[in-house]
Amino acid sequence: MKGNEAIAEAAIRAGCQGYFGYPITPQSEILEYLTDEGRKRGMVVLQAESEVASINMVYGASGAGARVMTSSSSPGISLMQEGISYIACAELPCLIVNINRGGPGLGTIQPSQGDYFQSTKGGGHGDYRLIVLAPASVQEMADFVYDAFDLADKYRNPVMILADGALGQMMEKVEFKKYNPADHIPPKPWATVGKTRDRERNFLTSLHIQPEKMEQINLALQEKYRTITRNETRSESIETDDADYILVGYGLAARIAHRAVEIAREKGIRAGLLRPITLWPFPYGRVQELATKAKGILVIEMNAGQMVEDVRLGVEGRVPVKFYGRMGGIIPSPDEVVHALESMIHQPVEANVEEY
Amino acid sequence: METALAHTDIEMMDCVYEKPDTLTDQRFHYCPGCGHGVAHRVLMEVIDELGIQEQTIGVAPVGCSVFAYHYMNVDMQEAAHGRASAVATGIKRMHPDKYVYTYQGDGDLAAIGTAETIHTANRGENILVVFINNAIYGMTGGQMAPTTLLGMKTSTSPAGRTIETAGFPIKITEMVAMLPGVYYVARTSVHTPNAVRQLKKALTKAFQYQKQGKGTCFVEVVSNCPSGWKMTPLQANKWMEENMFPVFPPGEIKVPKN
Repeated sequence: MKGNEAIAEAAIRAGCQGYFGYPITPQSEILEYLTDEGRKRGMVVLQAESEVASINMVYGASGAGARVMTSSSSPGISLMQEGISYIACAELPCLIVNINRGGPGLGTIQPSQGDYFQSTKGGGHGDYRLIVLAPASVQEMADFVYDAFDLADKYRNPVMILADGALGQMMEKVEFKKYNPADHIPPKPWATVGKTRDRERNFLTSLHIQPEKMEQINLALQEKYRTITRNETRSESIETDDADYILVGYGLAARIAHRAVEIAREKGIRAGLLRPITLWPFPYGRVQELATKAKGILVIEMNAGQMVEDVRLGVEGRVPVKFYGRMGGIIPSPDEVVHALESMIHQPVEANVEEY
Repeated sequence: METALAHTDIEMMDCVYEKPDTLTDQRFHYCPGCGHGVAHRVLMEVIDELGIQEQTIGVAPVGCSVFAYHYMNVDMQEAAHGRASAVATGIKRMHPDKYVYTYQGDGDLAAIGTAETIHTANRGENILVVFINNAIYGMTGGQMAPTTLLGMKTSTSPAGRTIETAGFPIKITEMVAMLPGVYYVARTSVHTPNAVRQLKKALTKAFQYQKQGKGTCFVEVVSNCPSGWKMTPLQANKWMEENMFPVFPPGEIKVPKN
């Protein structure tokens, strides 16, 4: 099954009640699959007139208590940023899937990780965060859909699955876990579903004209983000126990880096891999732990170097941090990564400074 | 925002006029003479009289009426500028058995939200769109709106709107009426008792059609902006009749064929 289809099938099984989207390569299979399969199985599926409309339909539907999602790719996700900011402030749970393609601008339809900053640092206006999950296989494309919906409901926060065009298009075996939505979807007493006599009206808003009130809203959001950081930070470590050199990568880049670790070990280099699974909250603590033991860190990304900034924040200068990446839809090969690792090892320490 | 109306003791036998339960006790923030207050009252009165308060969800986007949820005693969502009808679509699709309405101004509905307005209507979303047209951006201090009349002075058309620089006032209500998904379109005002009665009739019909699943109903209220127009309320209403009505004539624009 294709990665995009795995997301769509998992969404149906996760009890997603509504999907609102707009066609864009390389993620249109999600819209197509749900239009066919989702509707047959009772889901509301609507092709909107734009991504701007899609995300606002998600706002309305989520505000009315439904488990809902949208999906798009980079330029479309850019169009959604206004709505995502409103959703974050009104604290509405939803899933947003970004099948990242190369940019900037219209860019390319080929895979990229160029949207890391946009996804993890806010993206739209104001102080807010999305929970960002980064799958590295078709199996995880499916598994993370359930996690995303559950996290969204648990924290009343938008959750993004950030994958890339290759993960969306590649075919792998996938198993769908047992999941009963009724056991997972919490009651939503805040939802606007019609004011009954026994309660005051519900209204959802992100507008608080008085600065003192708006500061309180922000403080509450920041407190929520701290709780999420404490509870939900996830990463995977592979062969890091004895590693002199740590490769750090997420999503597709992590798979390439994993292969590079194997090649490096065959060559006698003790390398390991750290794969952040939540890009926000970022596993700074795990990076810090590894930085106290390793001689150097090499960050692999399909962009010009975005997550490397978070790795450096975690490392705090303890060991050299180098970056290797390809852009514009080019996927680096494991051999290229090994070469980058070798040149890092063989460079004198004082040469291991930032290179931008 | 939380100041309630001062309590006044009125003997019930003397009471000739009462606020419906669908309006909260919150004092309106609108300027003296502004049409929003009456339009709010009429809309909520209709919801009260139809007995649909518990089944109704409203959407208030950016504009002078963005705080409508403080006054309208139904479940409501604030929406981003121009996006009310997309938000309403999301609500209605998940709850087709509920009544959903938007309450939007001219800048919101006919400029930044044009795409959402047209496509919601074209899908025939079974909702009510209430469109308050006072030909100006009131909330941001009186800038030119898409419906600003030719020659009309605003802070961004200080010498009067010209065709050369700003084109024509958009007749979005007539545009919407052309779409086959749209079932009922009316244009009224709120400056005379008779106009208020016309609005009430139009809104009542619109909710009844929504119950029957007929598609989009669109009710424009040609209104004033004494502050933005820099007139007294009486001057504003007179100016509205003399200048707005020739461009935006009141009446039913699209009625169901029997």
